[in-house]
Amino acid sequence: MQSDGLHFEFAVDGENFASAGTASETIKNTLKKLGLPPATVRRTAIAMYEGEINMVIHAGGGTAVVDITPTAIEIELKDEGPGIADIELAMREGYSTAPEEIRMLGFGAGMGLSNMKKYSDEMKIESEVSKGTRVLLKINI
Amino acid sequence: MKIIDIMNATEAEVLTGEDQLELEVYSACASDMMSDVLAFVKEQAVLITGLVNPQVVRTAEMMDMQCIVFVRGKKPDAETLTLAKKKGLVVLASKLRMYTACGLLFSMGLHGGTINAE
Repeated sequence: MQSDGLHFEFAVDGENFASAGTASETIKNTLKKLGLPPATVRRTAIAMYEGEINMVIHAGGGTAVVDITPTAIEIELKDEGPGIADIELAMREGYSTAPEEIRMLGFGAGMGLSNMKKYSDEMKIESEVSKGTRVLLKINI
Repeated sequence: MKIIDIMNATEAEVLTGEDQLELEVYSACASDMMSDVLAFVKEQAVLITGLVNPQVVRTAEMMDMQCIVFVRGKKPDAETLTLAKKKGLVVLASKLRMYTACGLLFSMGLHGGTINAE
């Protein structure tokens, strides 16, 4: 973290689907208040929101750490969920392992990771099966 | 088109946001899958959906939308509605099916906007 940046840490509750997205909402409001361009604010909000939803539906929650510097927004999403066996396959639009009850909630269309990639400038995924997943997102300002 | 025109065309009742019915909106999108809504960002101001849970409001909020139209007679629970109110969104509830609601609004000039991969 740079000294002239803002630092946020959130615990993402895996038990509460209704509250998923509150961390992204906080970041969105912060970026808005900082006066960043609406497109940047929205890209960040969507990428992080998809990540948050992923942690709730696949991994039983996790943590989100966000650093806002003068040049970029960096988001680290970390969970101790089941991990992703085949990242390349998981990145494919339309591919999802989400169960039917998640689809009933409007998610699990297999767009989450590809949306995160689409709306960020850099995305890195590290994952180990039955250990967890760490996703790094960077959105340039 | 004003939100009040959407309300009248879809014979909807307003559940929250009564004070914003005069707001002009220019495009809409319709889906029951929120990930699909999130995939096609542009300036859509209206979300037409048959899905009712708080994440519909969150999705609309992330996309800077102004109005949600719940179709097929679906009504959100108190938690969802409270969240919408907090976000300053207009929430309408119509008994029409999604296809019919979309068709009516489209024919009145509310189009889908540009699909943009940004």
